[in-house]
Amino acid sequence: MSYKMHILVCGGTGCQASNSQGIIANLKEELTNKNLENEVQVIATGCFGFCEQGPIVKIMPDNTFYTQVKPGDSEEIVNEHIIKGRKVNRLLYRDPENKERVSDSKHMDFYKKQLRIALRNCGLIDPENIEEYIARDGYAALAKCVSEMTPEEVINEVKFSGLRGRGGGGFPTGLKWELTRKYKADQKFVVCNADEGDPGAFMDRSIMEGDPHSVIEAMAICGYSIGADKGLIYIRAEYPLAIQRLQTAIKQAEEYGLLGKNILGSGFNFTLEFRYGAGAFVCGEETALIHSMEGHRGEPTTKPPFPAESGYLNLPTNVNNVETYANIPVIMNKGANWFNKIGTEKSKGTKVFALAGKINNVGLIEVPMGTTLKEVIYEIGGGIKNGKKFKAVQTGGPSGGCLTEKHLNVPIDYDNLLASGSMMGSGGMIVMDEDDCMVAVAKFYLDFTVEESCGKCTPCRVGNKRLYETLDLITNGKATMDDLNRLKNLGQVIKDTALCGLGQTSPNPILSTIDNFYDEYTAHIRDHKCPAGKCKALLNYVIDPQLCIGCTLCVRNCLSNAITGIRKEPHTIDPEKCIKCGVCLTKCKFNAISIQ
Amino acid sequence: MEQKVKIQIDNHMVEVPKGTTILKAAQEIGIHIPTLCYMNLEDMCITNLPASCRMCVVEVEGRRNLAPACATPCDNGMRVKTSSLRVLNARKYVLELILSDHPTDCLICAKSGNCDLQNLAKRLKIREVLFKGEQSNYILETSPSIIRDMDKCIYCRRCEMMCNDVQTVGALAAVNRGFSSIIAPAFNQALSESECTYCGQCVAVCPVGALTENDHTNRLLEDLADPTKTVIVQTAPAVRAALGEEFGLKPGTSVTGKMVAALRELGFDKVFDTDFAADLTIMEEGTELLGRLTKFMEGDKNVSMPILTSCCPAWVNFFEYYFPDMLDIPSTARSPQQMFGSIAKSWWAEKMGIKREDLVVVSIMPCLAKKYECSRDEFKVNGDPDVNYSLSTRELVSLIKRANIDFNRLPDEDFDNPMGESTGAGVIFGTSGGVMEAALRTAYELYTGNVLENVNFENVRGLQGIKKATVNLNSFELKIGIAHGLGNARKLLNEIREGKSEFHAIEIMACPGGCIGGGGQPLHHGNSELLKARSQSLYHEDASKPLRKSHQNPFIIKLYEEYLGRPMSDKAHHLLHTCYFCKNSEIQEQ
Repeated sequence: MSYKMHILVCGGTGCQASNSQGIIANLKEELTNKNLENEVQVIATGCFGFCEQGPIVKIMPDNTFYTQVKPGDSEEIVNEHIIKGRKVNRLLYRDPENKERVSDSKHMDFYKKQLRIALRNCGLIDPENIEEYIARDGYAALAKCVSEMTPEEVINEVKFSGLRGRGGGGFPTGLKWELTRKYKADQKFVVCNADEGDPGAFMDRSIMEGDPHSVIEAMAICGYSIGADKGLIYIRAEYPLAIQRLQTAIKQAEEYGLLGKNILGSGFNFTLEFRYGAGAFVCGEETALIHSMEGHRGEPTTKPPFPAESGYLNLPTNVNNVETYANIPVIMNKGANWFNKIGTEKSKGTKVFALAGKINNVGLIEVPMGTTLKEVIYEIGGGIKNGKKFKAVQTGGPSGGCLTEKHLNVPIDYDNLLASGSMMGSGGMIVMDEDDCMVAVAKFYLDFTVEESCGKCTPCRVGNKRLYETLDLITNGKATMDDLNRLKNLGQVIKDTALCGLGQTSPNPILSTIDNFYDEYTAHIRDHKCPAGKCKALLNYVIDPQLCIGCTLCVRNCLSNAITGIRKEPHTIDPEKCIKCGVCLTKCKFNAISIQ
Repeated sequence: MEQKVKIQIDNHMVEVPKGTTILKAAQEIGIHIPTLCYMNLEDMCITNLPASCRMCVVEVEGRRNLAPACATPCDNGMRVKTSSLRVLNARKYVLELILSDHPTDCLICAKSGNCDLQNLAKRLKIREVLFKGEQSNYILETSPSIIRDMDKCIYCRRCEMMCNDVQTVGALAAVNRGFSSIIAPAFNQALSESECTYCGQCVAVCPVGALTENDHTNRLLEDLADPTKTVIVQTAPAVRAALGEEFGLKPGTSVTGKMVAALRELGFDKVFDTDFAADLTIMEEGTELLGRLTKFMEGDKNVSMPILTSCCPAWVNFFEYYFPDMLDIPSTARSPQQMFGSIAKSWWAEKMGIKREDLVVVSIMPCLAKKYECSRDEFKVNGDPDVNYSLSTRELVSLIKRANIDFNRLPDEDFDNPMGESTGAGVIFGTSGGVMEAALRTAYELYTGNVLENVNFENVRGLQGIKKATVNLNSFELKIGIAHGLGNARKLLNEIREGKSEFHAIEIMACPGGCIGGGGQPLHHGNSELLKARSQSLYHEDASKPLRKSHQNPFIIKLYEEYLGRPMSDKAHHLLHTCYFCKNSEIQEQ
């Protein structure tokens, strides 16, 4: 059946949460009512990336990009756009600069600087239909590998591409494959690390939801090259949609003979299984991941031995993350030579980031390595929300560092971020504005690592706890400058002595904020002030007697009976009783209450 | 040929076989890098290597962060610094972090003076713990044998390794995560409700005071001071082989005579020997073996083979929990400790005219499971236990020191009679293979009617986890197996369950090395040489005895003549045998 038009509706978890399924149902019903169900197809795709404006609906072939669509908009879309050929103007994206409506994604700043390789099929194909993947050159790379190339040639191609691990470590992928191939064993494993754990990050989830076959194909290619006939996908149980899409995709690939025995008549066998994680951050560390897959406590072990030598069930195992795999089919199809021209000298290709925080265009982006933070934040991200001032950007997830104004022109790649005191990580990018207290930010991240530490090694188990406690003292105005010194020294020792990547990086948010925002720390400690006005314990709510008319509204709303005064005369707040909830501030009609 | 690598450690060059860790290479040239979680009993293939305490970190040139010396193999050309300022500083911080979550009441800690953490704090000259904050706060748990004070746990995981990897008991494991990580039975059960066998190997390896024995020394002092009570003591064979270590004597020094003298000094009315009961055990168990064997050879299909020894209470707990389907396999003979108690409170008490309620039977054991064993209902008469309570070797050490006894100046004294007399066969009960060797000496003579000339069964000796031997009994090839460590026992038990066992008789001891490595012994601190020396000491004592076969013990002969009749008689059955129960509540419910 050939359709004249296609309506692509984002079926990613984010847009589903905003009822994109309701949009799909309504569109289908509307089309059936108009007897168009055989001419116009509605497809649930993966993530378009522009989550800020979701749910996204895209009409093909005219490439119209509707934003913030609601199920109730379906009738209008069908009547106006599909039947009458007129765009629904009110649903088009409005350019924040010139306020003009933009009808297609190519002309949006959000997409202009992006280059979608790993996300190439997300928002374009129906992830539950293998035919659509195949139509986009899907499985051509696997066919090419198993029929025309030796495993060594495949590995060389990956090596030559310069692809590095996208999970955070940045280890050269081809080299990892080569090492795993080197070890002799009757059984080897290909493992996909889909245990995406950074708070707010959804790069891998989006790829699995939007383009599951790219991961499956790449794992098969990896299996062929390292000599493994079994692949395992370690995925957190909190990703039900990704699991379901992968399951569907695996079933289809098996039906098409692209997984299973004697793939494409090559004699190569490859099967895939799932292993479910319970959502522990540390299980993203490859040795912890392997222990978790084996049914053991999810905690890391010291390397060497590396998984390439002794991994799952003590057998050679290659572990790569979802995004790394998603790059592989394209590299094999277009050639390493094409891929290694993208990016910087030591970091090739693109990187997907989950852009979040105080930024206008929250979403999922993919940019060539070497793009500057400024381009990402101001051009793609559309700048800081509500016209506030940019303060910092946190890259690399909870164990990354906070970069500042002076780093905005740094071209993003593994080495530059590391040199700047942060790291690539798996691709979380959280933007902060002038209202964010950097001490509180560091404390937030430490709270996360303290919670997620497996507890195995002393520096991480006790050290991070002590770091957190010291930060707590600072944000409560109870720390001394000695505490600050100790914080810094301990942070460095933890980096130097912790067993796994989690502990070795967990002090980064502290160390980078001490480096870049030292004054903010000293303000908390010496002056007992939080310059950003975030640390409650350091805030004082006061009533200006000049402005207060004694209306008693604040008294009636105060939750802790901290405000006293005679009617029609200026009131006062007892700082001992005040719980700093801020209710009085919002209630006062005379702007008499302020924070000092 | 073994490949060698050359590395530089501090200012020294050292050549070691490839794969050697930095820690070991450094040790070879006299550089002792501090460790805490690391433990290696090489001869027994018991290693704890989580590389998690991070005390042993060293600087390796070219490496971004510090490396744990215990788990980092030497690479050719490697340059290592073990005491640079960076390393010393990191080590100090790590230790301070551990101490920041550890009570500092060392003065009143059970492990004071014998604590690896305390030693490190001393060595690294920690004078102040800079990091203050929340401290772990757990409820102190007391079981019949073991006390868990998890506030003191430093999470070295040694106990977990022993309980799971070596013993395969699985009572203790890491639970929770981060700062709340702790070693505990599943679902925060009490130890007494868990799979715990009370083997005490967790206690034997705990570097701090988190796991200690349930101490009965004060109870004993009260009984000794009570003029209305007759207090007698029995001492297990393995105790005399290790006790001297705590008084500065060379490991393996046998201190039987001094131990007896010390016990008299402490005020015991009679000092007897569990070895006597060991000889008695051989009479009963050996007879039972021969009985079952004869029936088996006659083709009796109802007889269960092989027969398993039952001297070890932790082993009994283990099969009652994990192999309740095979409760008819172990010998019904009680352990020597319980045989002693039973005979002391019947034959001996009657002979001496002492009322049961006035008699206190105390045992000194290398074992913590014995503390539990004497509280079992089967071993009580009208609620009164045959053995009132059991003290570990370590508790005896503390009593001797508390009583101002200069142990090394004590004269050698002899045990009291009749229950102090023993043969060499009873002595070797204390080491792996000893029970079987003792049984063979008697079984051979009883079965064949011939005199056994060479009583030394060398191939059942040694620290190998599972040992096998074949003994020719009048052309019948008796196949015997020996396992020490419950993990090894499990292997043999699984074979039996699957019907694949080749053995007629099997000796099992729960602790690696047998009782010499028991959970109540002086701490080995990871030194397996100690265990070897203790074992040798028992074989020496055996060799020096005039009588080396249990059935030759004159007082055993007398006991049967006067009281029991013959082995396996009704009276013997009543006093010296027992029965077993299924301890696995899940199976019970089914």
